[in-house]
Amino acid sequence: MIRAALTNRALVIGLALSLIFVGAALISFIWVPQDVGAMDIPNKMKPPSAAHPLGTDHFGRDILSMIMVGARTSIAVAVVAVVIGMGLGVPLGLAAAARRGSLLDEVIMRGNDLVFAFPSLLIAIMITAVFGPSALNAIIAIGIFNIPVFARLTRGAALSLWTRDYVLAARVAGKGAVRISAEHILPNVTNLLIVQGTIQFSLGILAEAALSYVGLGAQPPIPSWGRMLADSQTMISLAPHMAIFPGMAILLTVLGLNLMGDGLRDLFDPRIRRDRR
Amino acid sequence: MTYVNFTRGMVSALALVAGVGIAQAKTDIVVGMQLEPPHLDPTSAAAGAIDSVLYANVFEGLTRFGPDGSVNPGLAESWEISEDGTVYTFKLHEGVTFHDGTTMDAEDVKFSLDRARAEDSVNAQKALFAGITDVTVVDPLTVQVTLAAPNGAFLFNMAWGDAVIVAPESIENIKTNPVGTGAFKFDNWVQGDRIDIVKNPDYWGEPAKLDRATFKFISDPTAAFAAVMAEDVHAFAGFPAPENLPQFDADPRFQVLVGSTEGETILSTNNKQAPFDDVRVRKALAHAIDRQAIIDGAMFGYGTPIGSHFAPHHPDYVDLTGNSAYDPELAKSLLAEAGFPDGFSTTLKLPPPSYARRGGEIIAAQLREVGIETEITNLEWAQWLEQVFTGKDFGLTIVSHTEPMDIGIYANPEYYFQYDNADFQKTMADLTAATDPAARSALLKQAQEKISADYVNGYLFQLAALSVANAKVVGLWENAPTQATDLTAVYWQD
Repeated sequence: MIRAALTNRALVIGLALSLIFVGAALISFIWVPQDVGAMDIPNKMKPPSAAHPLGTDHFGRDILSMIMVGARTSIAVAVVAVVIGMGLGVPLGLAAAARRGSLLDEVIMRGNDLVFAFPSLLIAIMITAVFGPSALNAIIAIGIFNIPVFARLTRGAALSLWTRDYVLAARVAGKGAVRISAEHILPNVTNLLIVQGTIQFSLGILAEAALSYVGLGAQPPIPSWGRMLADSQTMISLAPHMAIFPGMAILLTVLGLNLMGDGLRDLFDPRIRRDRR
Repeated sequence: MTYVNFTRGMVSALALVAGVGIAQAKTDIVVGMQLEPPHLDPTSAAAGAIDSVLYANVFEGLTRFGPDGSVNPGLAESWEISEDGTVYTFKLHEGVTFHDGTTMDAEDVKFSLDRARAEDSVNAQKALFAGITDVTVVDPLTVQVTLAAPNGAFLFNMAWGDAVIVAPESIENIKTNPVGTGAFKFDNWVQGDRIDIVKNPDYWGEPAKLDRATFKFISDPTAAFAAVMAEDVHAFAGFPAPENLPQFDADPRFQVLVGSTEGETILSTNNKQAPFDDVRVRKALAHAIDRQAIIDGAMFGYGTPIGSHFAPHHPDYVDLTGNSAYDPELAKSLLAEAGFPDGFSTTLKLPPPSYARRGGEIIAAQLREVGIETEITNLEWAQWLEQVFTGKDFGLTIVSHTEPMDIGIYANPEYYFQYDNADFQKTMADLTAATDPAARSALLKQAQEKISADYVNGYLFQLAALSVANAKVVGLWENAPTQATDLTAVYWQD
């Protein structure tokens, strides 16, 4: 498995990119090149130099430091949103599969359809508009939209497992639906969930960037990639580095996570792996 | 006959070809603005965006502001002031009609003033009319206004957009269909997009040079930049992104107008909320702020530092910036003295303009240096008006007070920053009663010094009037002595 993983180019590149940003976020807890709150207005909008490897923003803050701390915001929002989505979505999906065709199944799946029916960003904007813009509300807004994704995926995968012989055996042995779901179904959908979790993680980072771009994500002075882009947009012709570097950060992180998701799927799915050989 | 027709055809064909070569001077203009008015009645709302569209263009008052802030005759061609200074007799222009065809006469003046000063009036600047005890129609072209006491600023007050003359016939629908006496008529309002005004052919004074003007509302600074660059708008009054001005300046297609406004940009402080009810805390705030850094960082250098609530271009201005020089150490010791050696936290609620959003981030960083933590909340204008201006639910906020000569707001303890000081209120009462220019000047200086010494608010800078226009547009106001985009003298150069 590990050898297979190492030969999977998408997985290796994706993992490397993701680790760079997770690493940057972790390092920022103990060390950043410069204090992100420290403004140095006479040195604003300076292009990259030795003192500021990625230049300074319109308040003279160090862009490298802001991207590092911004990674923290993005990752925290996306991780918690995925946890919310999995934590609620997976049990719902398992329950719906266990009681296939029942009223419970109908309620859960139609509820999913309802959430899916609205464009996610629009609802996220609505939630933050009503409860006030903050990183917490961004997490909740993004998390809610992860629930149906995981619920649907889990139900679909679990339904086919419920017809397997070992599940039948477990039923004959007198195990209840909850126990079967936990002991036999869940372990067998984990691979799928990890792959989907990676994809949702990258979508969460994009959503957080979009929300903070329109001013509904983390509020200043907490650095955030989306707001760095928003702040730089009227200055793009004067100081393009202010837009390029946070933009690259978003692009590379999302690309890395998607490659990682693809790589993991190849790795976990034996059929695809065999085809490749 | 055939021959004649042929020649005619040739002539018009030639004219067509020539028309392409020699461009006709344009007679229409598209003016970009950041804020859209909530409705179109300047006499019942504080929103400056209403005056930005309608003042001088559609609505006129007895007197009016000139581009330099001087008070000139408007609908009143002349006036006489009684010996004791309490009775003003206005002689109105003859033959003035409203856009709906009805005549403007002394009855309309009486109606407008009585409506503005009535008990149930919703005028945003009721103080302008507070001294009026009686308005009498002498004859259709003469109206007499009696004041309770002499008021040296009365003619100035009558020039405000809140004091324009409206007609009783059209008052009902004024919010959507404003009917005034100006050189332009209101034509159309596409909400969220634009307002069109067209030339009033029956205007009593110098007719407008343009046939049509469109005010286009573009709130996003990037979109504003793109619209001007693409020449979709021909002028942008109050351009929201000062960082783009050098670029326009370098481009021969555009002209950049940098003037002064009446906008005192202040860090408004809730004087009734602890700990800001302690003057030492407010003094600490004032000394913790580095104005030049805010002007450079938020406004890219456009703006003049102020030390009180008074416009630097005014003859009675006193430079009080020394009272609140940047001194973080002094700020810290003042905070310790007031019982906050470790600082405190408060809210900083910011309306949309970039001076507030960017200035707010800089101020938050500066206050953090002395131990004051601020929780920044970015608000849209409607939320800001509701929470801060009306609800008084805030610790700190940043806003530019763009009304001319508005130091009087400090005499109103109900005003949102809630400064309640009997001495200051007396100074303002004395000012209203004073007619002698020297006495008025002394009182105005005293008033500036009082609020500066009390550190009522953090005084930041005088907002610069930044406008971008097509290089061929002539006649726009460079300064902004009041909220207005006066297009009556604007034309296109060939």
